[in-house]
Amino acid sequence: MATQQTIAEGAAPRVPLLYDPRVRGIAYQVLVFVGLFAFVYWIIGNTAANLQRANIASGFGFLQGRAGFDIGDSLIQYSSDSTYGRALVVGFLNTLRVAIFGIITATIVGFLVGIGRLSKNWLINRICLVYVEVFRNIPPLLVIFFWYFGVLSVLPLPRDSIALPFGSYLNSRGFYLPKFLWGEGAGLIALAFVLALVFAWFVRRWAYKRQMATGERFPVLWTSVGLIVGLPLLAFIVTGFPLSFEFPALSTFNLRGGVQIRPEFLSLYLALSFYTAAFIAEIVRAGVLGVNRGQTEASHALGLRSGPTLRLVVIPQALRIIIPPLTSQYLNLTKNSSLAVAIGYPDLVATGGTTLNQTGQAIEIVAIWLIVYLGLSLATAGFMNWYNARMALVER
Amino acid sequence: MQEHDLSFVRAQMAAVEPPPVAEHGIGPWLRKNLFANVTDTVFTIIGLVLVVMIVPPLVEWAFINAQWSGTDRTVCATIAQGGIQPDGWSGACWAFVEAKFQQFMFGRYPIDERWRVYLTGVLFIGLLAPLLIPSVPRKGLNAVLLFVVFPVVGYFLLSGGAFGLKPVATPLWGGLMVTLVLAYVGISVSLPLGILLALGRRSHMPVVKLVCVTFIETMRGVPLITVLFMASVMLPLFLPPGTSFDKLLRALIGVALFASAYMAEVIRGGLQAIPKGQYEGADALGLSYWKKMNLVVLPQAIKLVIPGIVNTFIGLFKDTSLVYIIGMFDLLGVVRQNFSDASWASPQTPITGLVFAGFVFWLFCFGMSRYSIFMERRLDTGHKR
Repeated sequence: MATQQTIAEGAAPRVPLLYDPRVRGIAYQVLVFVGLFAFVYWIIGNTAANLQRANIASGFGFLQGRAGFDIGDSLIQYSSDSTYGRALVVGFLNTLRVAIFGIITATIVGFLVGIGRLSKNWLINRICLVYVEVFRNIPPLLVIFFWYFGVLSVLPLPRDSIALPFGSYLNSRGFYLPKFLWGEGAGLIALAFVLALVFAWFVRRWAYKRQMATGERFPVLWTSVGLIVGLPLLAFIVTGFPLSFEFPALSTFNLRGGVQIRPEFLSLYLALSFYTAAFIAEIVRAGVLGVNRGQTEASHALGLRSGPTLRLVVIPQALRIIIPPLTSQYLNLTKNSSLAVAIGYPDLVATGGTTLNQTGQAIEIVAIWLIVYLGLSLATAGFMNWYNARMALVER
Repeated sequence: MQEHDLSFVRAQMAAVEPPPVAEHGIGPWLRKNLFANVTDTVFTIIGLVLVVMIVPPLVEWAFINAQWSGTDRTVCATIAQGGIQPDGWSGACWAFVEAKFQQFMFGRYPIDERWRVYLTGVLFIGLLAPLLIPSVPRKGLNAVLLFVVFPVVGYFLLSGGAFGLKPVATPLWGGLMVTLVLAYVGISVSLPLGILLALGRRSHMPVVKLVCVTFIETMRGVPLITVLFMASVMLPLFLPPGTSFDKLLRALIGVALFASAYMAEVIRGGLQAIPKGQYEGADALGLSYWKKMNLVVLPQAIKLVIPGIVNTFIGLFKDTSLVYIIGMFDLLGVVRQNFSDASWASPQTPITGLVFAGFVFWLFCFGMSRYSIFMERRLDTGHKR
């Protein structure tokens, strides 16, 4: 004790300035800072000179200009007379659309395959293994090309369309589905659906409270399903079936009517889903294997059968392991959707690239890309972190 | 006194009995693994249906109906499409791959100069193989040769322009060769750069840390395509007017920087997993920062994250295919480019070319992942339970 105090109170050992870690740290940082500053200054100087030579005005004013190019697949009103800004918005919405559909499908397929990999059934196990090992080891761009050039573009021409159930058709121009035409009173059905969701949420809360208080369980799942299916169905009947279909019909050269899903979207969506599903499958498998065997055994010892054991003990714990890497897979899928540019699906990178080529505003376009993708990444990460926090282990 | 009569204990081992009949042989194996109960049987049947639906048509397409040789599209097209095959025929057009094989490997590299590519390849394999086999000695010298001497030799061999070699401009490069060049440079740049970035991110110096975090998070937040676009349209803007920059080099810079950000995060995971005692122990021994990292922390950290590092390598290898989008022709790019060759255009050509390219990519990536599993087992010093 005494010696320690003497050291603490005595003068710090004399260290040459060159060897003082604090001084060195500051010196290094000053060096890095000055170097970086000089580098950025040099870059900005060069860029300004280059822009001046190429006669390009910097700034985002070009977004108001007339785009002059067409976009095949758009969720909002767009024509070649629209502005560049609107073209970019169309691209952004297309990115979002393929990302959302892709994430949903990849999650479902990935969970199925991941659980299949855990199956004791030898055949199922092997099939899932082959799936995972094939898709994990080939580039996503190749999978996209495979669907686009290998499968969808060799489908028959529209006049020889392949007829599928429910009045849908498949041909080289895409997938044609019947269009839903909602009549009067359709708003009521939507209202009933929202109402059912709210109601189900309240039922769940009430059931949880009651179980905490009395230990009695309430069949929440079946009540919720009943509510969510039943209420809109009731509204559907009450309003007198306000739904009709517009079926795609064959004409001489093309299909008329219905909803067309373009092959570009279809290839990108299928490729991203199947590619990402292989990774999700491995994550799910690792997550379930990561739950200690003792948990399953203890649950069996408490008298739970394998169904409830899986649902109440294993899955909640596995989700904790699964969610963080799952988030990064979702982000990867969103980022990989930029491969759309290779097959001409008009996503943000494709429309941005066209704009870049027409206007030469490289810095602004790249800045928009950076901001949008970083924003998407942060938003997804934020949502998944919130979900993760809810799921995370509550320590005593 | 110590002697005991142990005669009641059997002195010889009993003869090994075969396992019970019900546990042995193909019948019980089937029962246990495929038909354990009703659900299992249902799944097995579903699986069998899947296999029957997929495998025989695939074998038929890839082998039985396939066309192995031919000079143009007629062998791979049906009569209606202007070929010689009966209507409804569907099979792989390996003749296309055979005819274009040289191009898939080398792109438009001049035929007279291809011995240089072969030589580079032989050198590369000759240096890589001993590095990968653990029992071969002199790893240090080997690594120096592969990562310091080989790039210089390879550069002069491939691009020429010195020692009496004819210059071959990079736009002529293509095919698997470009894929491998991109992957080699990306891997050998991204690992050291990633380690530096990871160390910077864990540094106590705020400026260094901020720079590293900003770089890593920006790179990880955006798709590789935007990075490649940046490298191809913004690098020329950033450099003094008049500097021209090779397209391949731009792609290399983009791919390497992108991969190093991912590598940094993997290495950081390893650094975080090393107990604090190791850092403190190294400090107590009076090691400097770099000695501490080189001799104590990094060897342990990197060993821990080998699977992650190899996964990043695999990701990088697959990502090299994206350079096609900025107008370069790697393996996938060349295959894609040849779809529009009129003398080979048929409905079967694209899918055959893609299956071939996919198989090549798959071989490399699968090989890497197997090697990483092998290395992980070998380096496992038994700290894990």
